[in-house]
Amino acid sequence: MSFMNWLDNRFPATKVTREHITEYYAPKNFNFWYFFGSLAMVVLALQIVTGVLLAMNYKPDAGLAFDSVEYIMRDVWGGWFVRYVHSTGASMFFVVIYLHMFRGLLYGSYRNPRELLWIFGVIIYLAMMATAFFGYLLPWGQMSFWGAQVIVNLFETLPFVGGVLSEWIRGDYVISDITLNRFYAFHYLLPFILVGLVFLHIVSLHKVGSNNPDGVEIKKGPKGNRWNEEAPKDGIPFHPYYTVKDLLGTVVFLAVFFGIVFFVPEMGGYFIERPNFEPANPLKTPEHIAPVWYFTPYYAILRAVPSFAGTQVWGVLAMFASIAVLFFLPWLDRSPVKSIRYKGPITKLALMVFVVVFIVLGWLGTQPPTTDLTIMAQFFTLVYLLFFLLFPCFSSGGEKLGIGGKLLLLVSVLLLLGTLFYWWFGWSGGPASSLKLVYTLLSVGVLLIFGVVPAYIRPDSVKPVPERVTS
Amino acid sequence: MKRKLLVLVLAFFPVTGFSAGAGGAALDYVEVSLDDKVSLQNGAKLFVNYCLSCHSAKYMRYNRMAQDLEIPEALVKEQMILPGGKIGDTMNTTMSKEDAEEWFGVAPPDLTLIGKLYTPKWLYTYLRSFYRDESTASGWNNTVFPNVAMPHVMHELQGIQKANITTRVDEEGHAQQVIELEMVKAGSMSTEEFDRSMRDLTNFLYYMAEPARMVRIKYGVWTMSFLLVLGILAFLLKKEYWRDVH
Repeated sequence: MSFMNWLDNRFPATKVTREHITEYYAPKNFNFWYFFGSLAMVVLALQIVTGVLLAMNYKPDAGLAFDSVEYIMRDVWGGWFVRYVHSTGASMFFVVIYLHMFRGLLYGSYRNPRELLWIFGVIIYLAMMATAFFGYLLPWGQMSFWGAQVIVNLFETLPFVGGVLSEWIRGDYVISDITLNRFYAFHYLLPFILVGLVFLHIVSLHKVGSNNPDGVEIKKGPKGNRWNEEAPKDGIPFHPYYTVKDLLGTVVFLAVFFGIVFFVPEMGGYFIERPNFEPANPLKTPEHIAPVWYFTPYYAILRAVPSFAGTQVWGVLAMFASIAVLFFLPWLDRSPVKSIRYKGPITKLALMVFVVVFIVLGWLGTQPPTTDLTIMAQFFTLVYLLFFLLFPCFSSGGEKLGIGGKLLLLVSVLLLLGTLFYWWFGWSGGPASSLKLVYTLLSVGVLLIFGVVPAYIRPDSVKPVPERVTS
Repeated sequence: MKRKLLVLVLAFFPVTGFSAGAGGAALDYVEVSLDDKVSLQNGAKLFVNYCLSCHSAKYMRYNRMAQDLEIPEALVKEQMILPGGKIGDTMNTTMSKEDAEEWFGVAPPDLTLIGKLYTPKWLYTYLRSFYRDESTASGWNNTVFPNVAMPHVMHELQGIQKANITTRVDEEGHAQQVIELEMVKAGSMSTEEFDRSMRDLTNFLYYMAEPARMVRIKYGVWTMSFLLVLGILAFLLKKEYWRDVH
């Protein structure tokens, strides 16, 4: 042990290993949903390794980028494998993170004392979206080019500064070689920032300890387990228990992952879009531009909101709001319990509705916007926002609504009325249709079931949470 | 004499050029197979003889093709590469872009990735759906890709088709154009022979778009087998460690 002594006197190697791995006590009742945190780190590592390998052969030059990708696919030894792992990894990163975030929603992992942990998580999600967006331009195919065009043009809608800002982002009047170069620089930089954010995410996790499917704090329970008298009774050391469990999870995940890489790398056009096999052509707009699937829910929201007072900025605001609202989730949830297991039926229903809404919006974002689909997207955008605005109402667990909750309920009512009178039946709405009527009834139903009823009639009571749940 | 019935929705007619071309025409099924080396070899031959004069395949190397399709390199050099060319060259065309734009209005696109941009069904149907149309610049038109700039290069093989266009109203009240193709002059191949040749060409285009596909599936099976064994071991290890957790 002389070497370890030498090292420990200079660097807290043993101390850190104990605190974060061998003597970090995690709840023993983690279930399926708890695999996705470690899987996200696996994918991040895969992305960085394959990304560096790709960078060795890729050329960030508008004249060479597309060719260099084909060079990787054909002439670089194993290049096709590295690239498919990277392209599959991009999509699977989002799959894993969406499931990881859904776990947070299920078990209230964002609640006190884990608000900051959740906020770091949302920042990681934003950084991932930026990384993916910059990366998607690099193959310099038609979808790369036009997708970037659409997103950068969003900034153009901002009043006064829009034109200057979008020009500043592109470094040019159009998406060009200059844009490609800087996007490449950002795409290479952001993963390292991601790693830093993940570090913060884990440091704050280990400070407060992991939540679990019961939402009961193991640190507040009885003390003393087989390994340590001070440690929570319901905790088990992360290593070896969760390292072997996560190893199993990782192998199963990799089977799915490499199943995609080897058998369906384009995933039917969802992971790699067909038009991206044609080099970027600024003179030829594709018939239908759709972003990659992980952006489509927000793209659907963006397109759903019509222009108002002569500007398109509202759609952009709605899109950013629909992501930014995640930051406030810890304070929107008022339930006396954390886990969905002990929440009332209305909250359970609300979460189910939200999942459906997110998937439908994702699908809508891949479709060309017809009149009917736009109305549908407007309805689902409304319900998406209502889910968060009404969160204080349906999560109240029979408690009286505070002033903040009442305010958000008022905003919800105004939003609904605005939708009805502006989008569907009023000034810019066009003719009334039976479809609009159905969505109107559904919207009012959502407002009543998830807002008014739990806030004022208060039937939604939570189940009592056992002090300590033994599994 | 073969007749085909194709339905095109009028509103979907795309603009002239090499773009778009989704049309709305019914596509014929074709089976591609990378194991069928004879078909791929015949496809390569047709590609070099008929397509490569105007279209390039600038990412595809002759020696890669020779290796994957099991064609002797000497034969490729003798039959396919122009004098002075090397076996490691990519498949380029001798036609200059400027000339091409002057002759066709649009430079013929590179075909290396055409098998990724379009489905095999689309390519197979497209290659067989040219018809005489005096109103276009080239004198040819195509039901799958209306107003395509490319003339029917293989009409000597297929023969000449003409289109009988009628309009009918469908159940929902939309006017639809129905194009029936009719063979008016037989070519050197029978319809069955030509269809088989176009299947071979489609197969080759499908291969060329991603040569790695030749080995990808095989490696996939090995990887899956390895992960299955590793998964069983990981499962047993987890079970063993977790025995004492209650």
